[in-house]
Parts: sequence; C-alpha cells; structure tokens
Amino acid sequence: MARSVTPRRKMINTTAAWAVGLLIFFPILWTILTSFKTEAQAIAAPPIFLGFDWTLENYSVVMERSDYGRFLWNSIIIAGGSTILGCIIAVPAAWSMAFVPSRRTKDILLWMLSTKMLPAVGVLYPIYLLFIEMGLLDSRAGLVVVLMLINLPIIVWMLYTYFKEIPVEILEAARMDGATLKEELLYVLTPMAIPGIASTLLLNFILAWNEAFWTLNLTAVNAAPLTAFIASYSSPEGLFFAKLSAASTMAIAPILILGWFSQKQLVRGLTFGAVK
Amino acid sequence: MSLKSTFSAATALALITAGGAFADAHSATITIATVNNGDMIRMQGYTDQFTAETGIAVEWVTLEENVLRQRVTTDITTKGGQFDIMTIGMYETPIWGANDWLVPLNDLSAEYDVDDILPAMRNGLSHDGTLYAAPFYGESSMVMYRTDLMEAAGLEMPTAPTWQFIREAAAAMDDPENEINGICLRGKAGWGEGGAFITVTGNSFGARWFDEEWNAQFDQPEWANALNFYVNLMNDYGPEGYATNGFNENLSLFNQGKCGMWIDATVAASFVTGADSTVADSVGFALAPNAEGVEKRANWLWAWALAIPAGTQQEAEAKQFIEWATGKAYIELVAANEGWANVPPGARTSLYETPEYQAVPFAKMTLDSINAADPTNPTVDPVPYVGIQFVAIPEFAGMATEVSQEFSAAYAGQQTVEEALAKAQAITTEVMEAAGYR
Repeated sequence: MARSVTPRRKMINTTAAWAVGLLIFFPILWTILTSFKTEAQAIAAPPIFLGFDWTLENYSVVMERSDYGRFLWNSIIIAGGSTILGCIIAVPAAWSMAFVPSRRTKDILLWMLSTKMLPAVGVLYPIYLLFIEMGLLDSRAGLVVVLMLINLPIIVWMLYTYFKEIPVEILEAARMDGATLKEELLYVLTPMAIPGIASTLLLNFILAWNEAFWTLNLTAVNAAPLTAFIASYSSPEGLFFAKLSAASTMAIAPILILGWFSQKQLVRGLTFGAVK
Repeated sequence: MSLKSTFSAATALALITAGGAFADAHSATITIATVNNGDMIRMQGYTDQFTAETGIAVEWVTLEENVLRQRVTTDITTKGGQFDIMTIGMYETPIWGANDWLVPLNDLSAEYDVDDILPAMRNGLSHDGTLYAAPFYGESSMVMYRTDLMEAAGLEMPTAPTWQFIREAAAAMDDPENEINGICLRGKAGWGEGGAFITVTGNSFGARWFDEEWNAQFDQPEWANALNFYVNLMNDYGPEGYATNGFNENLSLFNQGKCGMWIDATVAASFVTGADSTVADSVGFALAPNAEGVEKRANWLWAWALAIPAGTQQEAEAKQFIEWATGKAYIELVAANEGWANVPPGARTSLYETPEYQAVPFAKMTLDSINAADPTNPTVDPVPYVGIQFVAIPEFAGMATEVSQEFSAAYAGQQTVEEALAKAQAITTEVMEAAGYR
C-alpha cells in the first residue's frame, strides 16, 4: 500500500527539493550571469546579482579570439566516439558477466573498478610516450581510445547491473525458440535494457565531455576540445572572470541542453538498475 | 530502424570518427604554447601582421599558467615535438638550457640588437652565458599605494621604504569601518603565488633557502623574523582570509579601493591605473621594502620569454617569430596602436630611453625595481643557487609548493609559525637528501 502524504508534507518536500536544486544549480547560474557583466562588475563587492548593465561584449571577444566551432566539433567527436566505442565493447562484456559468469567474474569487476582509483597523472608519461611512438599526440583518435578506456569500467559496471535485473529465463526461452547468440543480444536483451543502455551512454558522454586531464595534456591545436577552450581563458595574473565565464557558458551549453532534454530518460535509467 | 541497423550504424559512426581523427592533417605552421596574460593576448591579435610579412602562419595554444607549465614540461622532457615555441619563465630557462632541451639563441640578427635586452633579464634567461629564451616582457615587484590615503594619514612614502615604515603606514591607513585594509599581500599556497612572495620577504630579512652546502635554513632566526613579521602585519592590517589571496584576489581588492598598499608584480601597475580601477588616479609606487639594516629588498625578477625546444623541425621560422615578437619594432607597433602604457614592459633598455614611455607613471619604478634585482646574488649570505623568488633547481617547484602550503596553514591559524618553519625544514632537508645534494 502506498504511503499517504499530507499536503503540508508534500509542500515541504517540494520546497526542500527546489531549494536543493537551486543550490546545486547556483554556481552554473552565477557563471552564466557573470558572462553578461563587465570585468569590473564581475569582481564587484558586494556581488551584483541582476542589477547590472547586461552586455554581450564578452561573447563577442571570445568568438573573435577563439575558433569555438573547432573546439566544439572536437568535443562532439571525442565524447561521441569514445561513448559509442565503449558501448560496442561493454555490451558483450556485461552480457557475459551477467549471464555466463565464471568463478572470477566478481574479481574481474572489482579489478576493473580499481583502475579508476589510480591517479591519472601516475600514467601520464607512459601514455604520452606511447602516443609519441604511435603518432597519436594531438589526434582525436588517440583521445577517443583513451577516454573510452577510462570510462569503460563504469559502462561495464552499469550495464552489468542493468542486465542482472533481467530474468535469465527470458533469454533461455529465446534460446529454446532457436535464437542465436547474436539474435538473443540484439532482439531480446537490448530492447529490455534500452533505458539502462541509454542512461549509461548519456552519462558516459557527459563524463567524456567534461574530462579535462587527458584532453589538456594530449592535445595542442588539432584535437583540442572545449576543456582546452576554457583553459585558455583562465589566468592567475589578470582579472578576466567575465570572459572566462562566457567561455565556460559556451562550453557547457551543449551538454546542459542535451541533459535537459534527456533528463527523463536519464533519471529513468539511473533508477532502473545500477545506482538506484 | 531495426536494432541490427542501429548497431551497424553505431559501429560505422565510431569507425568514422576514429578514422576522421586519424586523418588529422599536420599543419606546416609554427605552433606556440603561451599563457593567458594581457600582453600575450595582445600579441596574438597582431599575429596576422607577422604572417603577412613573412608568410609563416601561427597556431596558438593558450593555457592557464600552471596547466601550461605541466604541458610544456611533459612535452619537452619526452621530446613530444608538439610546439615550435614555448612560453617559459626564468625558472625553467636555465634548467632546460643546461639540459640542452632548448635551442641557443646565439645567432639572432644584428637588427634584433640582443645587447638591448635589460642585463638582469638576459642573465636570468641564460645558462653559462648563452641566451636560451628571449624576454617578451619582464617584471619585478614593488609597492603600490594609495596616495590619497597616505596623505590623509599624514605620511609620505619614501622611494625606498623599510618594512618598519610599511607596518607604520598600514596601521595609519587601516580603516575597517570603511572596509579599507592597511595592506594586501599574497598568502595563497603555490610556489609561484604566496611562495614567491614569502621567499623575497625572507631575502629582505636576511634569510635564505639554503647555505652553501645545500643545508636547509628554515631553522635560522632570519626566517622566524620574516615569517612572524608577515603574519603579524597581515593579522593586524590585512584582509580577511588573506591565506587564500593571490595576485588576482589582491588586484580585485586594490581596484575596489580596499587596500592602502599592495606589494606585488610591477605588471599590476597598468591594471591599477587602468580603466577597471576605481582608484586609478591616486596610485603611487615605491621600491619593495627591506628590513632595517638588510641590504636586500623584497623584489623579485621574472620574465615570460619565448624559447625554441630542441628538435623542432621549424627552427628558422621559430627564430623569425621570436625576433618579431620580442624586437623593437613590435613595441613600436603596439605603442602606435594602443599607446605606450600598453607595450610589453621590462625587457628592453631602449624602451626606458624613449621619452614617451618615460612619461608613463610606473615606468621608472619598474625599471628601478628590475635593476635592483640580482638573481645571481639574491640573498645577504652567499647561496649555491641562482634565482630570487625561486631556486633554479628541478626539485624546487614541488618542494616550494609543499613549503608554501605549510606557511599558508600558519597564515590561516591552523598551526603556529614555529610549526610551519619546522615542517619546512623537514620537507626541504628530506628532498635535498633524496636528490643527492647532500
């Protein structure tokens, strides 16, 4: 039986949820507001919330100084490529771990996750040297592979827990009906796990979009994504907060819009399995 | 679309993106890694003129200072070859030059007039007398103060003040009711932030990082005097939370009229007298202070300079760019378009002989501050190292960042000055022993 909720309780819950939501969103809101201020207004004390002369000058300067389109395209290719490649590898891996586990499956899963605990800088030089040898420095292909490998443990883990929710009897029934392994994966498992796969892909895309260590250290001109675009506006010797905010807003806008439109799918997927 | 088609399309898309990425064309242009400072950004705006004059195209990789430092260090130590020119400072240049990681700049043209580079800058960017990086702009540090507040306090700033006078003036100008702090100084952790400032403050109290045998000196009374003086001064007359204030935070406070004095980089002079400053018309300048009886002042020496990594395929083109960007003609180009106050300062003697530039209010004090800095003889007692606000050894950056974190913890009241100094002594001793200096 569902628990009854009084109107008063509901109002308190709603207010609290909005308050927490606004608190979490406030830094992004402040960045967006600052991007429309002058540099002097950006550092004013006490801070100016809305009562300032709105200007588009910062966006104009940023667009004039930087090739935003190139950074954006690189971000799309790198985040999209690593997500798709990761999915192609992770779906079969998660299937085998979920439905035909071995004695070592749990150990392998834990080992995969443990690779996320290594500080990235610890393997910077080996990877940098490998990239030099393979001619992958400042290439989108190199970053697609690196970001895919970095996020692969998360994708496999998420898909594994989604797949575990699916009754194995359904797959067995498909086999009894003569389905091959490929057909079982494509026509039985995947449709049932679509919400989980979609949210996994979305989360991986966001993680790859925001990744800043490898994308800054392995790129120069050709493959630099939006993280490098933001870094080019940060300065410890000079007050350029309004321009930095404009660059940040332009960098997060695409992913913010994507997240906004797919929030229903994302929430459904996240509460469907792995991290509910 | 069927699921099979979806998977096929996804695989194809992944291969296309990867394939497209492999197809990145290698540009024939020169690639320059640089920092996001006002003068550097201004130079980027004039790059088209260089390209028009020489036919050499330029690609810029602009990064935040600390990111840039890590990025170019990784590239040069692995011979990655990502950049044809790197923007580096006085700390890296002699170390990298000694390792033969940089192309010597010993064949620049007569027209470039290498002898016109300020001697302090040239020495700091050389190793064994060979120039390895050309200064784009140089800086020292000095006192910037509010002339109106100083006058109201009935005091007159000497050209070369002592720390004792600075404390007296800070007390006189401190006005908490009107949100005016007597003095604003760096306290933020980081070897190039608060670490740089406290090192030069130490120099001006007769302290040093190491003796001639590379023994750490933080257990000596000079360091205790310097650190206690700084902490007391800032606790009494500094802004709230000064332990996390760096250059930008203090610039912001000063520009809003919330600091009576600020001791920091000479390049700040153009900011505090610029359009974004609310106190632009009432700013005076003086040499960085010293403790009474100590000959060394608390002024550092730094340059952002352009260097060519060894092994670049485009050495000749890179040298052409360096001659253009750090030459006299570039200064005249900027002066003609944006005024003399906006030219890159602190690099060339001829700039300070130009009558128009001599009229710029901070020009003389900047030159005097640079000339008062001697990186080969930075402390009262002799030291085995070169560098004023740093020690030009590879181990310094990591070690000094740790030491400055301990000092910042003392500024924040999380530990005593004595505890911070004891930890600094232990950190530096351990690093120097591990590195084989002792």
